[in-house]
Amino acid sequence: MTDAPWLDHENNTPLVQIRGLTKKFGSVTAVDNIDLDIYQGELFCLLGGSGCGKSTLLRMLAGFEFPESGSINIGGEDMSNVSAYERPTNMMFQSYALFPHMTVEKNIAFGLQQDRVPKSEITDRVDEILQLVELQDFKKRKPQQLSGGQRQRVALARALVKKPRLLLLDEPLAALDKKLRKQTQFELANIQEQVGVTFIVVTHDQEEAMTLATRMAVMDAGRFMQIGTPNEIYEFPQSRFVADFIGSANIFAGRVSEDGTDHVRVDTDLGEVYIDHGQSVTEGKQIWVGLRPEKIHVSKTAPKKAGPNQVSGEVEEIGYLGETSIYKVKLKTGQLVDVTAPNQVRSRSNEQSITWEDTVYLSWEPSSAMLLNS
Amino acid sequence: MYNKRSRFLTVMVSLGLAFFYIPLLLLVIYSFNHSKLVPVWGGWSTRWYKVLFFESPEVWSAVALSLKIAFVNATFATILGTLAALAMVRFGRFKGRTLFGGMLVAPLVMPEVITGLSLLVFFISLQELIGWPAERGFTTITIAHITFSMAFVAVTVQARLTGMGQDLEEAAADLGAKPFKVLTAITIPRLTPALVSGWLLAFTLSLDDLVIASFVTGPGANTLPILIFSRIRLGLRPDINALATIIILVVAICVTIAALIMYRQHKRDLLDQQLAERAD
Repeated sequence: MTDAPWLDHENNTPLVQIRGLTKKFGSVTAVDNIDLDIYQGELFCLLGGSGCGKSTLLRMLAGFEFPESGSINIGGEDMSNVSAYERPTNMMFQSYALFPHMTVEKNIAFGLQQDRVPKSEITDRVDEILQLVELQDFKKRKPQQLSGGQRQRVALARALVKKPRLLLLDEPLAALDKKLRKQTQFELANIQEQVGVTFIVVTHDQEEAMTLATRMAVMDAGRFMQIGTPNEIYEFPQSRFVADFIGSANIFAGRVSEDGTDHVRVDTDLGEVYIDHGQSVTEGKQIWVGLRPEKIHVSKTAPKKAGPNQVSGEVEEIGYLGETSIYKVKLKTGQLVDVTAPNQVRSRSNEQSITWEDTVYLSWEPSSAMLLNS
Repeated sequence: MYNKRSRFLTVMVSLGLAFFYIPLLLLVIYSFNHSKLVPVWGGWSTRWYKVLFFESPEVWSAVALSLKIAFVNATFATILGTLAALAMVRFGRFKGRTLFGGMLVAPLVMPEVITGLSLLVFFISLQELIGWPAERGFTTITIAHITFSMAFVAVTVQARLTGMGQDLEEAAADLGAKPFKVLTAITIPRLTPALVSGWLLAFTLSLDDLVIASFVTGPGANTLPILIFSRIRLGLRPDINALATIIILVVAICVTIAALIMYRQHKRDLLDQQLAERAD
């Protein structure tokens, strides 16, 4: 077995297999005919805006909703007729859903009691999991006597203590404040690695998804727009939606003028864009080119020779963010391009520094431009 | 400006309170009246308390009957009303849900005379058809009370169920609890405040009811409101004033206890909050 079974589809059977899954609420299609494989040990993120169907998908995995059509298979078993209380899954709720009339200890023991685990074993397993989430000293408290971060860890412990094959997490960090959220992201990933349980995390926060995920799916209107590792999704988005949803991107319409085996040329408003690797595109077809703001080089000196992957414009606005600055550069065609550049030199009156209405020259590496098919 | 307005408010509040409580105060004072005629003052005396305790068995049997009916009614109404609320809130969209919901709250707006009359007709036809209920009294009044106080319980519990959401129940099911276990371990404990207030509401409504009880009662079965009301027609005897005073006292004690319990709960919540803030 490799370290990452999800990258080696041939030699691994997926833990979760979803086929043609559709769920409708009245006339609204929440989940629209999706297929998905998730492998043992993954931390898979479902990312999307509100109402994109990600929570519905999670609830179908947990058994709270049943699909109109399609199937869910977990660990080789069809889940069509399996109720929530019989599934090998556990869920961590966005609201945490801790039982307010039970202590931390009893909250965590609840799931084990339902399985008629012997009492002494329950005590041991509860203590073990409390140690994992560092709440040993709080086991006699009620949930309302804990801080937000502690409640979050109780919820995680309660879902993990049953050693589910699949742990479903609905916006696990959304209720925490920003600073705690960042810290908890790494904790969550660590705990997942320690226990080795497969996680499916629903989130609307792209940074969270990028930090946590082994692979992620970008969802919109009940469909997957793209599935891949965070790196793939960010560096090789396939559509304008994904390019724009994850990070930010300058997007220009264009037409493929040359489709080589190891390069592609596209005519756009930016001039000619040259890409130094082959992509499956059709010559003459309408296409879009995306450029990440941080991958564009901005300079006040004109390039030495004319060629592809460069354009000039005038600085219209500057946003100073401290570590970087954002420049909005207006092209001759009137389009605005966002460029971010690190503020490496501490100077405001330097001759080299870029200021409003300067003419600047933008350029980028041949590997940088992203081709977007839709 | 602010002072002026607050003086206006003080006057209004005092007038309002006076309007509520002066009649009650008068009732208490007149319960210590020596005179045999209710409206005539004959000097202080505890005469009517003696009469009430030693010479008015019919008053005490009425009190006993009323309490018995109220207790049985409240218990059944709470069970049935809770089941109805669960059906409305937790069973999704079943066929006829809107109709069921409407019929469930209809007794809240139905004029009591109509409820009472219809139940009387119902009991009479039932008696002719199957011979039950053989005579009207405790059973018929209790059934009649359950039919309308159940609606009040259902509304109370429904509001609580909707308010508390489904997360906790789903979490319990997710952790492996079967539906009945979810009901007993999570839903019912979470519903307790609503169940208690629903029960008390049903109890009070039953204790209070004159109109419906008068329709469906039979010979000899006098609830307290029926007894007091019939006494008015026959000429009020001041021992009723004494009884009323005792009832006011009991209610006042109950309200005080409830307030104390709520105050303690409030203090516990504050303490929890402080613990939570200091937990990290």
